[in-house]
Amino acid sequence: MTVQQISVFLENKAGRMAAAAAALKDGGINIRVLTIAENERYGVLRMIVNDPDKATDVLKNGGFMAKQNPIIAVEVADKVGIMHDIMQLCDTENVNIEYMYSFVEQMSNRAILFLRFEDTDAAAAMFVKNGYKLLSSDEVCKI
Amino acid sequence: MIWNVECETMPLDKLRELQSERLINTIRKVYAHVPYYKKMFDAHGVKPEDICNIDDISKLPFTTKDDMRDVYPYGLLATSLKNIVEIHTSSGTTGKPVVDAYTRGDIDLWGEVMARTLTAGGVTEDDIVQNAYGYGLFTGGLGAHYGAQRIGATCIPISGGNTNRQLDVMRDFGSTVLTCTPSYSLYLAEAGKEAGIDFEKSPLKLGFLGAEPWSESMRTDIQNKLHIKAFDIFGLTEIIGPGVAAECELQNLLHVFEDHFYPEIINPDTGEPLPDGEKGELVFTTLTKEGTPIIRYRTRDITYLTRDECGCGRTMVRMHRILGRTDDMLIVRGVNIFPSQVEQVLLKIDGVEPHYQLLVERKHNLDYLEVQVEMTENLFSDGLKFIEQKECQIERALCDALLVHSRVKLVEPKAIARSEGKAKRIIDKRNI
Repeated sequence: MTVQQISVFLENKAGRMAAAAAALKDGGINIRVLTIAENERYGVLRMIVNDPDKATDVLKNGGFMAKQNPIIAVEVADKVGIMHDIMQLCDTENVNIEYMYSFVEQMSNRAILFLRFEDTDAAAAMFVKNGYKLLSSDEVCKI
Repeated sequence: MIWNVECETMPLDKLRELQSERLINTIRKVYAHVPYYKKMFDAHGVKPEDICNIDDISKLPFTTKDDMRDVYPYGLLATSLKNIVEIHTSSGTTGKPVVDAYTRGDIDLWGEVMARTLTAGGVTEDDIVQNAYGYGLFTGGLGAHYGAQRIGATCIPISGGNTNRQLDVMRDFGSTVLTCTPSYSLYLAEAGKEAGIDFEKSPLKLGFLGAEPWSESMRTDIQNKLHIKAFDIFGLTEIIGPGVAAECELQNLLHVFEDHFYPEIINPDTGEPLPDGEKGELVFTTLTKEGTPIIRYRTRDITYLTRDECGCGRTMVRMHRILGRTDDMLIVRGVNIFPSQVEQVLLKIDGVEPHYQLLVERKHNLDYLEVQVEMTENLFSDGLKFIEQKECQIERALCDALLVHSRVKLVEPKAIARSEGKAKRIIDKRNI
């Protein structure tokens, strides 16, 4: 089970983030999680949204380069040592993480890790085999 | 100072006679020995007998850079290969390079015209010439080298780049003359100042600068910073390399060594010759070259000629420094670049679209070229690493093709203005 992530190319100049946000707002897109990876010249905005297909469309129509790709959303308990467990598991199984981000849901005392792997399917299988709960796009959107 | 008083101050009627005689000989020779020229002259309906004096030159067809490429590598040779002692080429960045093949006599000629060039600015056998033009296939290094040696000056063949070493050599050997591009001279001035060199007290006194466009304000800057007298020199690979024209001590326009390289100015649209003083495209015919004589080569450079008397006593016609180009060529760090080359490189890379723009800036007296390329589906990924690799791939391919480093900047789709007519490919922010 995977979640569709939207990536958007942003030049490192004033107003580009605002323009992307405007396109999403006009398309009625609700952002669940957002992170930016950047260097001195440009950035890649990564998001989990309520409607990935629509979000991609509105961004492209707004002149942005946007793409979707699957990532894994793992539900874990919000407590000390969990992050280490996940890392150790990936290490042991020799599964390479490209990047990750997370958020904490205070109401239910749980956290959700979003992980991007080279081999998404193998990583998903590894988590399931080890008893982790993976979330679907719908589940992430309902949070 | 004048290196060759007899030739450089020759009365005009005598000069005309000499040019006529040399043109007639050259035309006979190329017609007999260069099939390419025979074909061109025949197609143009002109025979060697039709050329009786220098004014008949306008009856001859032009040679273009494309023509020269079509016959690469040896197609313009007017003598047997066994008589060729040296070969230089243009960088070949827009296709096949242009070949200049020199006989022993041509190398002598090159030394002669470069000796004239350096002497015009005051170089003597007592001087130490730090030659920071690149050695190799590029004509700059060896051209200046032969000129310095002809005079009997001491030549330090340091070649281009390696600024720290340039400064060490300058200090340790007491260089009195610097030969390099104007922008590099300014770069050396600033690097030298930082390294604690006091140019006011240093023995350096003359600079012979060329291979790229510069201006009077840049000259003032160079002269003030390096405490030298800076001279503009002009040449091109197609003709011989440096040594085609040079400023005298009056630093007012460049004397063309027209007893060897005959200049014309033409209307670039019609090909009609234009009178002295009118701006147009510069055209050269070599009158004495043996290896690869060139007839009416269209340089694509815009300038004008003047026969007004010069206070130095030379009778050689003078040309203004290059005022522009008839094409979209750009000179970056002395290297000629055409936007079309960038386009060819981009089209060869999977997933790149030919929406691009070249931005040239001069920072700390060095040129920086940025190539803006629009982001496409194939170049984009959610991972920065992937995008950076693609950027690197484009930069390497551009560097291989252009022979000068450029920085690729990926921009958003449609960020580069679309034009209905000719796309605006170049933004030149340099204030030359």
